[in-house]
Amino acid sequence: MAKQIEVAGLDAYYGAHKAIEGITMTIEPRAVTAFIGPSGCGKSTFLRTLNRMHEVIPGARVEGKVRLEDQDLYGPGVDPVSVRRTIGMVFQRPNPFPTMSIYDNVAAGLRLNGRFSKSELDGIVESSLKGANLWNEVKDRLQKPGSGLSGGQQQRLCIARAIAVRPEVLLMDEPCSALDPISTLAIEDLISSLKRDYTIVIVTHNMQQAARVSDKTAFFNLAGQGQPGKLIEMDETSRIFTNPGQKATEDYITGRFG
Amino acid sequence: MTTVQTGIQPISTSRRVKDRIVHVLVYLAFAIAVIPLVSVLWLVIKNGMHRFDLEFLTHSMRNIGARDAGGGAYHAIIGTLEQVSLASLIAVPIGLLTAVYLVEYGSGGRLARSISFFVDVMTGVPSVVSGLFVLAFWILALGMPFSGFAGAMALSILMMPVVVRSAEEMLRLVPNDLREASYALGVPKWRTIVKVVLPTAFTGIVTGVMLAVARVAGETAPLLLTVFFTDSINNDPFNGPQMGLPLYVFDQAGRPTDTAIDRAWTGALTLILIVMLLNLVARLIAWWRSPAKRGS
Amino acid sequence: MRRSAFRRSRGDVPFRFASTGAGIVLLGIMAAIGVFLIVRAVPALQANTSHFLTEKTWNPNAVEPVFGIGALAFGTVLSSFLALVIAMPVAIGVALFISHYAPRRLAAILGYVIDLLAAVPSVVYGLWGVVFLVPFMRGPSEFLNTYFGWIPLFGGDQVVGKSMLTASIVLAIMILPIIAAISREVFLQAPKMQEEAALALGATRWEMIRMAVLPFGRPGVISAAMLGLGRAMGETIAVALILPATFGISFQILGPNGNSIAANIANGFGEATDTGRGALIASGLVLFLITLVVNMGARLVIARRKEFTRA
Repeated sequence: MAKQIEVAGLDAYYGAHKAIEGITMTIEPRAVTAFIGPSGCGKSTFLRTLNRMHEVIPGARVEGKVRLEDQDLYGPGVDPVSVRRTIGMVFQRPNPFPTMSIYDNVAAGLRLNGRFSKSELDGIVESSLKGANLWNEVKDRLQKPGSGLSGGQQQRLCIARAIAVRPEVLLMDEPCSALDPISTLAIEDLISSLKRDYTIVIVTHNMQQAARVSDKTAFFNLAGQGQPGKLIEMDETSRIFTNPGQKATEDYITGRFG
Repeated sequence: MTTVQTGIQPISTSRRVKDRIVHVLVYLAFAIAVIPLVSVLWLVIKNGMHRFDLEFLTHSMRNIGARDAGGGAYHAIIGTLEQVSLASLIAVPIGLLTAVYLVEYGSGGRLARSISFFVDVMTGVPSVVSGLFVLAFWILALGMPFSGFAGAMALSILMMPVVVRSAEEMLRLVPNDLREASYALGVPKWRTIVKVVLPTAFTGIVTGVMLAVARVAGETAPLLLTVFFTDSINNDPFNGPQMGLPLYVFDQAGRPTDTAIDRAWTGALTLILIVMLLNLVARLIAWWRSPAKRGS
Repeated sequence: MRRSAFRRSRGDVPFRFASTGAGIVLLGIMAAIGVFLIVRAVPALQANTSHFLTEKTWNPNAVEPVFGIGALAFGTVLSSFLALVIAMPVAIGVALFISHYAPRRLAAILGYVIDLLAAVPSVVYGLWGVVFLVPFMRGPSEFLNTYFGWIPLFGGDQVVGKSMLTASIVLAIMILPIIAAISREVFLQAPKMQEEAALALGATRWEMIRMAVLPFGRPGVISAAMLGLGRAMGETIAVALILPATFGISFQILGPNGNSIAANIANGFGEATDTGRGALIASGLVLFLITLVVNMGARLVIARRKEFTRA
């Protein structure tokens, strides 16, 4: 089900402010693509344009093209709601629905999208929780609230919720930045196993993480305060971290700024 | 689970329709809420303009017979201004000091918690009950006469919790760094409060007080029980019945003649103008205080 | 060690004393309200020749005073509940409109417009009700009586403009702004994180609101409703001008029935004798207690919500 994403000449704005400019790239299916770069370079903004979450913010808008295989996400008549159903997202901080049980959290997206029998639902909830490496920890307390879990468990619950609707693509916006090292490791393992089925894009601040989990890495930077962020280069992760094409990339990776 | 969906599938019609219906209902709710506001304001302005003249603003109802035209609300306007000023004189110091206690001294102790709780309770005291209390205490138990001051006491009970809550909120907004900076200079606590904390929160507190004044200026029920009715001018709020503008509207509205109803509308117009003016001043002060927040 | 250098400043003690004193005065006023209402009510209650809680008539000015709170309390509760039922859907709609639907730039201004509803004095609503709404309501009331008369609420042989329904509509307009304002605040506080989570799952706006906003806002909305109910119960003048001031218990809200504790105080005060005033004060005490319970219930819900969100 994983699909390729092609982006061409994409600009994103917050009101009058241009946050990112002229981004063109191809994101490979069944691979992990990492976005790295200094704070404010627009990597999270760019991620949010890939499932039309950017426009949720009042005044925000996008120009340019994003294609999922042969479909233009910003084409006329395309409903952002159906785009988001097809391209799942995991956020920086775990955000399970606090009033729902663990089971209901995972089933939340499914219930929106159609009628399922109890046994179908049970099956998908179980396979999603297994897919998120959480099943063994929560199988005895599926009816307890999701907010009772630890931070790392909550984040895996959010991943289970996102994959339960069987998206084509999974976007992750710094999914480990609010977690401790052990939980981070668990999520990284999970990402490696998920890439068999999904196209995964992950924004990260942590360069070791990008090096560990991703196949491709894109480096974003901005010319200065108030300037829009730009894609500097994108290549195989091993290449970016050993022999980058641009001086700025090398400076960033070796910790000279950012 | 045998069908594997690919690509972007449009969402079902029923979901889309439901979303649209709620969208329309929400807009409709707002429209419904605005209808009475427009209707009230329109009728008050249209009917109130009839008699909104110099005579209305400068004459009382003295020697105006039941069926006579003419007459005015001068006595009621004077009464309302005096009663509301007196009420503020009572409520603002007590309310402000209570807020200072809650924020600066109480620090979550038992007394502070019970005061805070009863301020909430006081917010819910029906206005007629505050009138009954002043009636029972001041007029019946102490044998004092009906007077503008009695009305002011009843109004002050309604004002106090509003003043406390808004002042408390403003005082809590004053950053602690400011207090600590002052203590570090060796300024005693009370001078810190008077010279640093209160001035910082000043405009916010004024806004809260103005809104409280606007709220009680339109109250009728407590006046009804404490100032009694009169058709004559009484400039002395401490002695004898004194009219108030809301009471005037109530009185005239209850009379059967058209001339009285006209006066009621004009009284309502005058009252709304006073209340809206107070609200406007409060909003302007709040707006002026935070130029940065103009957009929001 | 010279302690004198660290002595409290001379102004501190009086200032602390004054602010603590102000708080205590406030407590004293609350206590005094209870005490004086009871003190003045007791003689009248003793003079009463009937049972205060169950008697329906109100005749405390007679030589043999007969009065009871029954019909009045019933009218207060019925009119307030009707007002709440009418106001709630509109208020929640308005709150959602301002928090999640209206364009950002307009939302704040439109919020002020709704707040203006609260700035109109109650006596003006009363006047508007008597002159405009009472005649206006005759048509719709006839319609309800003719076609929905089989529902007990709309039944009865007589249909008038000065009815419980008209009074409840005016009350609904008066409590709408407070319910809308509080609901709006809690809806605005709904965590953006969960809203985005819902949207990212492919929820429509309404589905997002149902998943992430309404569950979060429910306690706030409930307490807003209770505060509105308390305010409706205490509302005096508008109701006094509209309700026909009869003393009976009837669910027929289109007919010439209805009264409330507060309205009865306003209407009956002018000609009340000594016992009459005591009787009115006794009824005010009942009103005070009812609103006290309702308001404390609302505060309790809010307090529990605070604990909930802190956890």
